Amino acid sequence: MESLVQHLSARWSLGPWGQELLAAAAILLVAALVFVVALTYAGIITWVERRVAGRTQSRVGPNRVGPFGFLQWLADGAKMILKEDVIPAQADGPMFRLAPYACMLGVFTAFVSVPFGQLLIAADLNVGILFLLAITSLVVVGVLMAGWASNNKWSLLGGVRSAAQIVSYELPAGLAVLVVVLGAGSLSMQDIVRAQGGAPWNWFVFRDPFCLVAFFLYFTAAVAEGNRTPFDLPEAESELVAGYNTEYSGIRFGGFFLGEFANIYLLSAIATSLFLGGWQVPGVSPAEQAGSVWLQLLGFAIFFAKAWALVFVVVWLRWTLPRLRVDQLMGLCYRYLIPLAFACLLGTSLLLLAVVPGSALDLGLRLGTTGLGALGGALFAWRVAHHIRRAGDRVSLDVLQRGARGAFDPAWQTRRYGAFRKAARGQEER
Amino acid sequence: MGFDLGMVLGFLVVSGVALLALLLLGKLLRPHRPEASKRVTYECGEPAVGPAWFNFNNRFYVIALVFVVFDVEVALVVPVAVVFREAVAAGAGLLAFTEMFLFLAVLLVALVYVWARGDLTWVRALTAGECREVEVGPRSPAP
Repeated sequence: MESLVQHLSARWSLGPWGQELLAAAAILLVAALVFVVALTYAGIITWVERRVAGRTQSRVGPNRVGPFGFLQWLADGAKMILKEDVIPAQADGPMFRLAPYACMLGVFTAFVSVPFGQLLIAADLNVGILFLLAITSLVVVGVLMAGWASNNKWSLLGGVRSAAQIVSYELPAGLAVLVVVLGAGSLSMQDIVRAQGGAPWNWFVFRDPFCLVAFFLYFTAAVAEGNRTPFDLPEAESELVAGYNTEYSGIRFGGFFLGEFANIYLLSAIATSLFLGGWQVPGVSPAEQAGSVWLQLLGFAIFFAKAWALVFVVVWLRWTLPRLRVDQLMGLCYRYLIPLAFACLLGTSLLLLAVVPGSALDLGLRLGTTGLGALGGALFAWRVAHHIRRAGDRVSLDVLQRGARGAFDPAWQTRRYGAFRKAARGQEER
Repeated sequence: MGFDLGMVLGFLVVSGVALLALLLLGKLLRPHRPEASKRVTYECGEPAVGPAWFNFNNRFYVIALVFVVFDVEVALVVPVAVVFREAVAAGAGLLAFTEMFLFLAVLLVALVYVWARGDLTWVRALTAGECREVEVGPRSPAP
């Protein structure tokens, strides 16, 4: 991007001021583009969440607005803009108004150094991952501001809980990131991705058993930092109403909401880049990839698939696991995750001392860990299939059976589900 | 580097301005019918008892203190982690490892201390030596 600006300003023979202006325009253009992409992703995740929730709970989920209800998030966004903006009389006005900005800034600015592809990164900062950890902490400020300024007991409890939680889980997340940094020798996101390879045994997650543990540590801590179930105590709709955003309405609530859902994609994208090989294509070196547009697109598609798979896991967790108690939450962090993260850090640095990179021992360790991971994954998949079979899947796989016509024809869907309900009633009577 | 930092600034500006723009757009479209009962603090339909600005459970305070100690230490380990591979390649790996381990050991001692003191237990009964009788007066009325 920077070289493009230099090239253009040389070609148009711009003066120093013209060059600065061109750079500023380019920056704003890129920022707006990434912002729109992030916002769209956040919207789509709300739809994915509701569809997955529906399937998990044997119901249909939103299916009216657009094919498979896909445009539901746009309708919800329009609704949020049209809602009245109510600010409680008892609240601290300026702080109440400012809080959503802190949340939005914290999450969306982090997208600046997320490597969507080999060339698709807004700014490859040399302190990349440290910057990501730092800027997302701005969310804590927003949440605490909202909780305090609302002058509402639910909000205060939610805000303070959230601050304690995000702050505590920052530690295992930071230590797990250090495990990666040890191996990559750089903080830049692109350098970390480049230090890995396309094949699973070249990913950092399978480099050695400690890295495998570090991946789970990072993922757990990141889910907790995103205030997602099983760690959603700050919102806890069944005990704190909605926690820190109880008093918010309309698009001001939307600031928190979109920030939270964009954060899900952010944490998945960071986990993909740090541990799962990012945009690396199997069997293709980064130098080869740089030369071909098709390989670039393939790299982007691979990153996209991995990141969205992780998004699905985060959503799946929410609809499967119950909420932790606040004392269990803190206990889990300080008594299990942090000591485990220290063990991983020491183990990895010892292995780096003992094992020469590229030696037979190194390869054996990588292949062994990959095998371990594959075995664990297979066992898990088998248990999940077993439980689904036992519970019975009561909604038919309508996405596959309905085909294109049903997707675009709500009346057809009504008939379809009417028949389904009748069949279910008949079953009950028998 | 200047361009990259400019990009960060651009992102901050764009995400802030975008929310402001959405709010302004909403101002043109959304209804505005102020009413006293709408602006009442929501406590599930009951009239709110007093403000929410009171002294709060200091368990959260201990967590914040523990966090500051730990996070500063972790931040100081980052530079060592970045150059660790180079150190190993240059033959100074054992030295780097020992230094990092000694530094982290201090942190581990702190963790053990906090754990042994019982500060990691959320629900914690004070022992006889730790608490003293406090006379509880009538609660001050809400302003």
